[in-house]
Amino acid sequence: MRATDAAGPAARTASGGSPEATAEAATPRRTGPRLRIRPQYLAVPVLLVVLWELAVVSGLIDARSVPAPHTVARTWWTWAAGGPDAAADPYSGTWLPSVYASTQRVLFGFALSAVAGTAVGLLIGWSRWARMLLQPVIDILRPIPTTAWVPFAVVFFGIQPTASIFLIALGCFPPIVLNATAGARGTPDVLVSAARMLGTSPQRTLWRVGLPSALPSLLTGLRVGLALAWVLVIVSEMVAVKSGLGFSLWDAYYFGRMDVIVVAMLTVGLLGYLSDKLLNLAARPVLKWAPDVR
Amino acid sequence: MSDEPTFASALVDDPPQPMIGCRGVSKTFPGAGRDFVALDGVDLDIAPDEFITVLGPSGCGKSTLLNLIAGFDLPTAGTVSVAGGPVTGPSPDKGVVFQDFALFPWLTVRKNIAYGLREKRLPKAEIRRIVDDMLDTVGLERVADHYPHQLSGGMKQRVSIARVLAIDPRILLLDEPFGALDEQRRSGLQDELLRIWEQRRKTAVFVTHSVEEAIVLGDRVVVMAAGPGRITAVVDVDLARPRDRTSDEFNALRREVTAHLWS
Repeated sequence: MRATDAAGPAARTASGGSPEATAEAATPRRTGPRLRIRPQYLAVPVLLVVLWELAVVSGLIDARSVPAPHTVARTWWTWAAGGPDAAADPYSGTWLPSVYASTQRVLFGFALSAVAGTAVGLLIGWSRWARMLLQPVIDILRPIPTTAWVPFAVVFFGIQPTASIFLIALGCFPPIVLNATAGARGTPDVLVSAARMLGTSPQRTLWRVGLPSALPSLLTGLRVGLALAWVLVIVSEMVAVKSGLGFSLWDAYYFGRMDVIVVAMLTVGLLGYLSDKLLNLAARPVLKWAPDVR
Repeated sequence: MSDEPTFASALVDDPPQPMIGCRGVSKTFPGAGRDFVALDGVDLDIAPDEFITVLGPSGCGKSTLLNLIAGFDLPTAGTVSVAGGPVTGPSPDKGVVFQDFALFPWLTVRKNIAYGLREKRLPKAEIRRIVDDMLDTVGLERVADHYPHQLSGGMKQRVSIARVLAIDPRILLLDEPFGALDEQRRSGLQDELLRIWEQRRKTAVFVTHSVEEAIVLGDRVVVMAAGPGRITAVVDVDLARPRDRTSDEFNALRREVTAHLWS
């Protein structure tokens, strides 16, 4: 699954399409990817890890700047589970609290943005008035990189988790709002006509037709937003909070603990991957009908 | 259907009131430089339970006329009335079957058919009964829980017809509903539509560009011409149904209608 660009018009399906798609009623298609690991997919990653290990062990790369995979694995274990040398290693056993702190910030920031972005985006896409009033504000603020808001966030919220949540919410907002807008605007007119003819009042067409029709596009926006949230949690924790994976990563840099940095990087990668999978899984029941969104 | 309010019949005086009445209906779309006159002074009365087919080349305003009766658009001049009242907007007493089906892709067949009934806030059991009845009428029980993208074009159009019949509208407006289908499915669905119409007796307006389809279905064929859109002839079809598409009488009508179409 790839994250489509935020501004890209999302795939849309109207009823229509090929008139003779399936002569006999097709059996419902297999829904979504199953977790099936085929060995051939792991060939290149395993090869890369082996090359990395060899390069460090043979001295081709300095182990002080790039730790070997076996060092990384050991550090991960100590960081996560603690160990006999707990006193010697300040990171010992602190991995889970860091993961928890960062994940919590991502979830709060993302949830705020998901709700606000979806609501504002649908409105802009549906109503000319909302578009006139809100679109300029979004267009002006959108090009400002979220990182440029860091000083402002720190002054406003202090060195606090709130600053991080604020930055995440701010950064997730544009892709979510843009895709929600595109989704609502892309609703086929004929579906609105059909709903009106079947008794839906004009005020409720957004709820009855606009929202469901925008769902595939909305999901695209949410996925891009969630990926950005993980970027921003690291950035914001590096400068604006004193806990979490981003803080550990930056802190480790000052102590020259490259092994800790690599583990932190891999952890964020893993969390980002898992959260995207979870989002897709959560969206699947409401997107069963869209054959090209998987 | 019996539980419908029958104010149309309550108003009956000597000449029976038309179910659909168009008086001097014009529709102009503003365009770059010159306005486009889609309809120019259309007069048409359609009696209750009558099946009218509207035939014409593209650009003759036949779909525009249907949209005005459906209430999706308002005329620039003249009046359109249904059951004695002026048309002010779309409503469930004017059922529309669209050419491209316009099914809600996020709803299953069953829920598409139930859509209008849920908007009416009927009790669940009642909705279920009507939907099952409709699925049976159009022969789609087997695919009741499928989504539109899993259906063939013919099936989609049957769902679209069932969805409209479920809300039991006073009039049925069909905008080239079988235009996207191949010849075989098309005539199959024509027969099916007639069978349903004979069971349920509704005022129907069916837009088409096929001469044969117009004569097979209609009590009268309204022939339209383009530039500006207007009615050029109304041909009575006095043939008993089901109609034999190859009989001499049918062919005579085909010649007559074609002549009007090309004049």
